[in-house]
Amino acid sequence: MSNQLNSAVNGSGQIPALERMFRFQWEPAQQAYVLLYPEGMVKLNQSAGEILSLVDGERSVVDICAALMERFPDAGDLSGDVLEFMEVAREQRWIHYR
Amino acid sequence: MSNAGSTTANHLAREARPHGQPLWLLAELTYKCPLQCPYCSNPLDFAGAGAELSTEEWIDVFRQARAMGAAQLGFSGGEPLVRRDLETLIAEARQLGFYTNLITSGIGLTGERIAAFREAGLDHIQVSFQAADEEVNNLLAGSKKAFEQKLKIAREVKAQGYPMVLNFVTHKHNIDRIDRIIELCVELEADYVELATCQYYGWAYENREDLLPTRAQLERAERITNEYREKLQAEGNPVKLIFVTPDYYEERPKKCMNGWGEIFLTVTPDGTALPCHSARMLPLEFPNVKNSSIEQIWNESTGFNYFRGDHWMKEPCRSCSEKEQDHGGCRCQAYMMTGDMHAADPVCGKSPDHGLILEARQAAEAEYTESNITFRNERNSREFAKGARGQVEDSRVFARSGSPTD
Repeated sequence: MSNQLNSAVNGSGQIPALERMFRFQWEPAQQAYVLLYPEGMVKLNQSAGEILSLVDGERSVVDICAALMERFPDAGDLSGDVLEFMEVAREQRWIHYR
Repeated sequence: MSNAGSTTANHLAREARPHGQPLWLLAELTYKCPLQCPYCSNPLDFAGAGAELSTEEWIDVFRQARAMGAAQLGFSGGEPLVRRDLETLIAEARQLGFYTNLITSGIGLTGERIAAFREAGLDHIQVSFQAADEEVNNLLAGSKKAFEQKLKIAREVKAQGYPMVLNFVTHKHNIDRIDRIIELCVELEADYVELATCQYYGWAYENREDLLPTRAQLERAERITNEYREKLQAEGNPVKLIFVTPDYYEERPKKCMNGWGEIFLTVTPDGTALPCHSARMLPLEFPNVKNSSIEQIWNESTGFNYFRGDHWMKEPCRSCSEKEQDHGGCRCQAYMMTGDMHAADPVCGKSPDHGLILEARQAAEAEYTESNITFRNERNSREFAKGARGQVEDSRVFARSGSPTD
């Protein structure tokens, strides 16, 4: 996993943090994680929600992959998905790298 | 993974179920306001509304709405700052898990109160401007010091670390200065800028001839906005410019509120619950939070169920292939302009009343001579509440639509 991460994309060792504009929380009524921002909401699918739940400004992308694989041992190698999502999240300005 | 979430501009995504959850709660805390904006969305007869809900009643509304799925809470008005319990309401709402939005003119706001809101857990402040130009702003706000105060407050909001939305309602008198408006917003470091053309309800409908821009004005403003978007993006500025066109220049109506009773729940100062903040004008009975639960209001009340689905539609909507997309347009607009709330929104080119929109566009082209603005204030509203001006207004509407007055 670490080989793939190190060679795949820049940023795997970097530490993502949520942009201040957004609040991430679990919504019981929707049974989903959401990102809330001024007058708006993004409803996240399950995998996006699980990844963002580990973005705390302290874990690196590598740490997040490791934590996810520990949480979902049957899911196989998730690092490609995580990196892809981080790219989307950064483009959307949900996160930045510290 | 690329489809990580869905979002439509600044709106909440809709759930696929018979009817959605009230994800967005708009709490109109009061109709009191120090300004007199002639395009205010409050009802013309707001002065005739009942007593304001108490702190406890509002908190109970928040708790119930949150349990039903509401995630966004807007504190609005009138001017919500007038409520002295605003700090308490924010704190309670934040604790319940709402994303809390304060929608304010900034008039009467101080650095100390902004800090107190922060401590209570307020997430975001939206400051509304009338124009980027002191003179026009103050004229339209009906206040001499409004502009200076707004600049001060906008700077303070950012200095205290809030995300900030600046809202400019654009119209005939300020839309040609859109470049200055955008530059002011950039200078003030807004995160989002809403360049929202007047929506012609309530006071704005009353003042439409004084407010509706020409098509040329609108197209120019949109072009300039697009140029700024490119320029700002190239500079790496993350500010988002949201340009809202008035539906008067469209050929198809907007899907009002993303569907009647689908996402939005407005509670007015006296506790009347509405599917949209304009709906009070319709000849429908709307429930009140003082004697119905939010659950009853949302799921069972006649007012909220009335325009769900399409059983209520008339032709040309009923057999229209696009009815799922726009749901016949805005019910308030249909009612205001045609006198029939079941009619197609006249914005639609297929509506037999579309001529009313064409007339309004034509009137906007006429050379502007004299302002005859009706300012939104208690005195004017009391007259509307008495019905004196309402009758004059009604007959004008009927005369235009060619329907018999009744």
